[in-house]
Amino acid sequence: MRAKLAAAAVAFALMGSTAYAQTIKIGYIDPLSGGGASVGEGGLKTFQYLAEQINAAGGLNGKKVEIIGFDNKTNPQETLVQAQKAIDQGVRFLTQGNGSSVAAALSDFVQKYNDRNPGKEVLYFNYAAVDPVLTNDKCNYWHFRWDANSDIKMSALTTFMKPRSNIKKVYLINQDYSFGQSVRTQARAMLKEKRSDIEIVGDELHPLLKITDFAPYVAKIKASGADTVVTGNWGQDIALLLKAAADAGLQVDWFTYYAGGAGGPTAIKQTGLNHRVFAIQEGVNNSAPAEAQKFETDFRAKSGIGLWYPRAVNEMRMFAKAVTEAKSDEPKAVAAKLEGMKFDVFDGGEGVMRKDDHQFFQDMYIASFGALDAGAKFDEEGTGWGWKEAGRVKAADTVLPTTCKMERPN
Amino acid sequence: MLELITFSTLNGVLYGMLLFMMASGLTLIFSMMGVLNFAHASFYMLGAYFGFEISRRIGFWPGFFIAPLVVGAIGAVVERYGLRQVHRFGHVPELLFTFGLAFVIEELVQMFWGKLPADYRVPPSLDFIAFRLFDTTYPAYRMFMFLTAVAMFVFLLAILTRTRVGLIIQASLTHPNMVAMLGHDVPKIFMLVFGVGAALAGLAGVIAGPALVTQPSMAALLGPILFVVIVVGGLGSLSGAFVASILIGLVQTFAVAINASLTDVFGPSVGAALGDLGTVTVAQIAPIIPYVLLVLILIFRPTGLFGTRES
Repeated sequence: MRAKLAAAAVAFALMGSTAYAQTIKIGYIDPLSGGGASVGEGGLKTFQYLAEQINAAGGLNGKKVEIIGFDNKTNPQETLVQAQKAIDQGVRFLTQGNGSSVAAALSDFVQKYNDRNPGKEVLYFNYAAVDPVLTNDKCNYWHFRWDANSDIKMSALTTFMKPRSNIKKVYLINQDYSFGQSVRTQARAMLKEKRSDIEIVGDELHPLLKITDFAPYVAKIKASGADTVVTGNWGQDIALLLKAAADAGLQVDWFTYYAGGAGGPTAIKQTGLNHRVFAIQEGVNNSAPAEAQKFETDFRAKSGIGLWYPRAVNEMRMFAKAVTEAKSDEPKAVAAKLEGMKFDVFDGGEGVMRKDDHQFFQDMYIASFGALDAGAKFDEEGTGWGWKEAGRVKAADTVLPTTCKMERPN
Repeated sequence: MLELITFSTLNGVLYGMLLFMMASGLTLIFSMMGVLNFAHASFYMLGAYFGFEISRRIGFWPGFFIAPLVVGAIGAVVERYGLRQVHRFGHVPELLFTFGLAFVIEELVQMFWGKLPADYRVPPSLDFIAFRLFDTTYPAYRMFMFLTAVAMFVFLLAILTRTRVGLIIQASLTHPNMVAMLGHDVPKIFMLVFGVGAALAGLAGVIAGPALVTQPSMAALLGPILFVVIVVGGLGSLSGAFVASILIGLVQTFAVAINASLTDVFGPSVGAALGDLGTVTVAQIAPIIPYVLLVLILIFRPTGLFGTRES
């Protein structure tokens, strides 16, 4: 009896270890507490949903995909601790998006780790950190970015602003770190080039994810006489900024990167600015292809939030494609497949993962938020308002040159 | 310009009043018991979460009255069964006790309500525009916050200066042994003061929750600034805490509005020599100004603006 039990225990242990080898683990490192938590949680739900879909379809090469969440508190040091923890648990693929300061640290960490541990490489999939430097001067073979970088977004936004003659005085407000600074510099440069008559009446940098009351900032915007605000704010920094604007009755047009994140739509509804808040996105759910709309309907039913990250869908599907084509989940083989991969994008059109810098290019959309048109399917956060396509930039027109000279493994 | 000054003043005074609601309790506890209560901002957070929980079950107004009482009761229990036990080992264990308590409360809040911000809304009865000035609207809820803070201030002042209890509290601030000799139950007064201090912080949390953000990091965001307030105001001085609260509120709000940098003040030649430091605007460093003030006060006037003793 005792021997049988022991044998059973050993058998279970063996089964456990084979089950272990049959999952592909993806470490999701993003804020799950603090000011970035609301968007971080939403991202985690999105990736988990995508992994479930892959598993329901039979997994990848017979293996299940598992998403493990790690809380980095939007802090670069904490990110490295969590990344090491993830790797120690057998994770070979990391994904992260919130905060370019975090992304820069993680990219650097992954490169060094891979240099020191040949044969045990780790890949870093970036779904939202958009500081251009990550695919330019600080580019890295092991880093892949699915979100259009900040310069691409600003270029599309300013092209869209160019013919709008009611824009005369622009106020810039951004988070005080690498990404926010790159937004303000690019906005200044591109507006000057495309609309030299526009006056920049304010250029604000505020601490990242620490402000709980934007009323003083809104008073300042108001006093500047601006008719338009341009901001790259994300997480609670955009939701609370819009909330404070609603309280003060600030009537301006908003050109944003992330007004669609958690809390943003609710705050826009409060401002009453009907189709005067614009966001640059990689898709617009209300005019997306039928397949994407079905995906979003199912996703909303399951998770209770809108699909903020269509790029996460592209990321996971391209990852699945790369693993299946390579017939391997070895990061090195996956990276070789991902480079230069062409892919039918979730929101329509063809995208490509540029080989030179691992930046993904796809059609970009500018959407406005307001009352739904007849037949539009999706409102946001129960406001009754939703996104509507206001402009589109073809993938080919979003391509910007890169300074990246990456070292490839032999 | 006038518009900016007006609204910055309004916002600054409001923020200052909110700070004072917490600083008053903190400074009373400190001056009476010698305990620098690191968990004070946690009571503020508890107030916000209790207010949120009650408001989504039975409404905002019951929460407005019940939540501070519950927080006060918790404060009293913490004093009676926690601090009083630790008290006999001296001040450092007390300090460590409150320090640990702050973390415990934060973890508990995360366990019960999660790490995401709670959806604590302004009640519909207060969700309208109070007035319109220079084409800017001012929400009624902010007026309500302001009036609550003023009412609390008047109430506290009346108790301390006009009632017997207030007299005893004032006496035990400076001469606790003498008060005990006269037959008053000093430990009970301590418990009362700690409870009331916690309740005031709780009240601040209830009214600030919907206007700011109710989230587990709210205590950690506000905690450090409270210490600035009581140091600048002078340890143990209620009027000092009041003046310092308003001062810090105004300084922070107005700093945001000022775009000047060292280059603007001293000219481009000096600015170039300073490098990055020369181009940083006052608005950008607004969050650290209170701490600069803290350091300067400790160097040049350790007693604070209104304080009478050094520690």
